[in-house]
Amino acid sequence: MSVEKYEIHEHDIVVIGAGGAGLRAAIEASTMGCSVALVCKSLLGKAHTVMAEGGVAAALANVDPQDGWQTHFCDTMRGGQMINNYRMAELHAKESPARVYELEEWGALFDRTPDGKIMQRPFGAHTYRRLCHVGDRTGLELIRTLQDKAVASNVDVYMETTLTRLLKDGNRIAGAFGYVRETGRFVLFKAKAVILATGGWGKVFKVTSNSWECTGDGVIMAYDAGAELIDMEMVQFHPTGMVWPPGVRGILVTEGVRGEGGVLKNNKGERFMEKFDPKKMELSSRDVVARSIYTEVQEGRGSEHGGAYLDITHRGAEYIKKKLPSMYEQFLKLADIDITKEPMEVAPTIHYAMGGVRIDPETAATTVPGLFAAGEVAAGLHGANRLGGNSLSDLLVFGRRAGAGAAQYCKTLKNAGSIDEAQIKSEKKLLLRPFNEAGSENPYQIQEELQNAMQEGAGIARTAESLEKALKKILEFQTRAPKSRVPGSRLYNPGWHTARDLFFMLTVSEAIVRGAIERKESRGAQWRKDFLNKDENWGKQNLITFKDPSGAMKLKTVPTPSMPVELAELFRQEPAATAKK
Amino acid sequence: MADINIKIFRGDTNGGAEKEYKVEVTPGMVVLDAVLRVQATQASDLAVRWNCKAAHCGSCSAEVNGKPRLMCKTRVDEFQGKEILVAPMKAFKLIKDLVTDVSYNYKTAKLIPAFTPKAGEKAPFTMHEKDVERLYEYHKCIECFLCQNVCHVLRDHQHVQREDQRSFFGPRQMVRIASLEMHPKDTLNRAQFLKDTAVIGYCNITKCCTEVCPEHIHITDNAIIPLKERVVDEFYDPIQWIWRKVTRES
Repeated sequence: MSVEKYEIHEHDIVVIGAGGAGLRAAIEASTMGCSVALVCKSLLGKAHTVMAEGGVAAALANVDPQDGWQTHFCDTMRGGQMINNYRMAELHAKESPARVYELEEWGALFDRTPDGKIMQRPFGAHTYRRLCHVGDRTGLELIRTLQDKAVASNVDVYMETTLTRLLKDGNRIAGAFGYVRETGRFVLFKAKAVILATGGWGKVFKVTSNSWECTGDGVIMAYDAGAELIDMEMVQFHPTGMVWPPGVRGILVTEGVRGEGGVLKNNKGERFMEKFDPKKMELSSRDVVARSIYTEVQEGRGSEHGGAYLDITHRGAEYIKKKLPSMYEQFLKLADIDITKEPMEVAPTIHYAMGGVRIDPETAATTVPGLFAAGEVAAGLHGANRLGGNSLSDLLVFGRRAGAGAAQYCKTLKNAGSIDEAQIKSEKKLLLRPFNEAGSENPYQIQEELQNAMQEGAGIARTAESLEKALKKILEFQTRAPKSRVPGSRLYNPGWHTARDLFFMLTVSEAIVRGAIERKESRGAQWRKDFLNKDENWGKQNLITFKDPSGAMKLKTVPTPSMPVELAELFRQEPAATAKK
Repeated sequence: MADINIKIFRGDTNGGAEKEYKVEVTPGMVVLDAVLRVQATQASDLAVRWNCKAAHCGSCSAEVNGKPRLMCKTRVDEFQGKEILVAPMKAFKLIKDLVTDVSYNYKTAKLIPAFTPKAGEKAPFTMHEKDVERLYEYHKCIECFLCQNVCHVLRDHQHVQREDQRSFFGPRQMVRIASLEMHPKDTLNRAQFLKDTAVIGYCNITKCCTEVCPEHIHITDNAIIPLKERVVDEFYDPIQWIWRKVTRES
């Protein structure tokens, strides 16, 4: 076989993923004088950030003057059930306001208060009205602003390019390898540092708000390169996904509906959140609301198609169309429901991964030299449950820190590391296997079976039995995946791409399930029906997943970083108020 | 559940043809669901762009029975069992199946002078709703490029393919430029750029772009016409011209 040539690009830094975190990181690194490649699987501006609806959390105190970083910090830690990295939560709460204002300086437009400031809305488990928003399309505003800024900052963008392997020189990162989707040709990026901003892995579940892209490639590339992952079992169910018709099942219904006064009811017309959290009601944290809806359905009080009713009609047609225009359009077009006149049907949908790559709060450096991570792929900020609106602020704060961290790191190096051809050769072999080997598996079929297995075994309610069953199936899929066979050429071939993605999805699923088995307690998103209570010991540690030298997945625990006295002191003060509209 | 027959264009730069597939219909099914079902079960190499499946990202643009649409927002039951033909956007060069080369839109976007506030002006900005509310409409654009696809300057006169001549940037970029020009904190004047580089004069206001916009942006009325007026004021209004001549020279 002749040796296939591949494209080679050289940059100081390669940012993988062009959602909010990747764009923000690229802007920062470029501004600091680095040559930056921004590589993304889709077209620019289509990353999952565009789906964020409700807003970005930042304690600007524009509508509730009592708000401040301290309250935002406490809300985030309490929401995460105290296994968050306190330092990340502190930096996040302190820096979010500056990151939001910076967007304004780059041309973003938020809804305004009557006195011309950025408007803020209430959201689940945020003590004060804190979410800066533009109707229900905040993510679009954010990604478009960052996209234009990145393009203007001379970042080199490589669209529709998938990177599948991080390359190392000894211990440190030296680049990444993958293919160009359009042509199917291989591509090599040589770099001093790589920033992962690849988002989450909701696609390993059946009912999800995530797109085809969210397959966990980034987190598993990091794991394969030797980075440590933490709290992988923590996967968030957003309480409100669409339920009917089947084609839209799982599509997000923004928490903004509840933020704007939406009320949840069961089939008896009861406002059931009165039972589960009488104080915060519909604006309780996501894990609580999701479990409440699940419980109502399980106990026979669900809506027609197995969810709950979410009613916003009392706010009036004009207000709804102004504040929730996308939701109005989405339900009207896709479900024949006019939300100004009738309630929506909603049920929990897989939305977000709290777990991910372990990073240093200051620089977003992973445990592998030269590898950085930010946004959903990174972990620590959200602990066992993320608050709505904290994701957009997360990717701004830590995107910037990752960009700066990687740029600083590059300055300490003279050259990029050298890459030995063997690493590239083994990845090429793995990539080409679906064309070369005589298998008969359809990668889409295995993917669908995996999604079903994860939904059943590692979904909202977990037991040792359900998890073990899921694990068994995952291990079986892992033996089937290498037998994938795809028709057609390498030219824009999604089946071929899925065959490679499948390995990422299977490894990430294994990590979720092994973590969920190990954590014998219920905390935040982890709800073990066989261990219903919180365990004090588990509240003081994080669960680490890593690849041992033999290639096997291993778990260990580390103590959660303990916070300094002045931060711990904040929790002793009475929470001043609950979110009110 | 009943089956439907859906025809999908299959092919690449070497040519291609419509191919018929049979798909089981589920309630509320959209064309994108049907296409993805074909991909998962019958043709895993079927090339199609999609992301959010909720009309927020603008990836799944195609021509459904000749009409430019987002596939995720086009219900199968709308066709009441009649034939459905899905084809790629025609203004752009075909890559494969339903995927076209939309790089023209990114190339032109890069040339647009970026948002430029007054030097040293720091947020928080005070901006009142009444001063920014018309901008929200422009900011709704999801870059599906359907407006670019139906623009007859780009499509029939093939400006997308013209490498060496001045080419019209198209409706999407006019919306983008309008959002910058009318931002209360922006300080640039893009009239010269509109006239000479983005060549707004090519648009003769047929409003095809407005008709296909899934976000219901009044592209022609609210973006292109106001921009044309700016260019006219700046370069073709004799009274303005004399006034400027006098005031600038004094």
